[in-house]
Amino acid sequence: MMTVPGVTRESGSQEVVVEQDVVIARQTVRKLSTQCGMRLVDMTKFITAASELARNTVIYGGGGQMEWDVLENGTRKGLRLRFRDDGPGIADLKLAMSDGWTSGNGLGLGLSGAKRLVDQFDIETAPGQGTRITIVKWA
Amino acid sequence: MERIPILRMGEFLLVTIQVDMHDQLALTLQEDLAERIRKTSAKGVLIDISALEIVDSFIGRMISTIAGLSKIMDAQTVLVGMQPAVAITLVELGLSLPGVATALDAERGMSLLRRRLKLS
Repeated sequence: MMTVPGVTRESGSQEVVVEQDVVIARQTVRKLSTQCGMRLVDMTKFITAASELARNTVIYGGGGQMEWDVLENGTRKGLRLRFRDDGPGIADLKLAMSDGWTSGNGLGLGLSGAKRLVDQFDIETAPGQGTRITIVKWA
Repeated sequence: MERIPILRMGEFLLVTIQVDMHDQLALTLQEDLAERIRKTSAKGVLIDISALEIVDSFIGRMISTIAGLSKIMDAQTVLVGMQPAVAITLVELGLSLPGVATALDAERGMSLLRRRLKLS
């Protein structure tokens, strides 16, 4: 997993399996971002990124989990989210990360867009190995 | 089944999205609107998203699709009330909603629709 400075203050996880879970994931991220003292614009960006990744977990990954950690680095708080699934994985990561490319019927902005909205973005995937995407935003 | 209400105001349809929509709800709205435009011969659709705290690529695509389908059905769409944080996020995400007319609030949106109808 991506290493970030600081210590973990609080952790948890929830299922991201059906469409409604994407809404619940957004609500969890909103609650945690507020708790971290994130500014409204940063919070909105982070929730949007989480929404894109949660939807990918449901649609492409066949369902999985969202794990979260509230981070603390000195006086600064942050939030780390990890979306994991045991789905087919991504064969061509470079292609999947490019704007406008989609294997489904989306806009192809999910992965590349989510990356632009966060402070740190890390992806581990291989065909048949599932996908784990970690994002971090600092308040 | 859960639905977003569509109100009729003269020759316009008014949609106020006040809940955090899951994807199926957004798709249902798209279909309901197309049906209502046909039934009412509405000339304009006003979509108020002032209560929406996030718009991701799926909802953004739904908005573009509604604007596109209403145009084909001889109606104009105006999107109103987008929160500044949502606008900043959408642009950074890579979605600039091409072809979607926007106004800052419902009142301005209504006058934009009226102006467009007089001109056309």
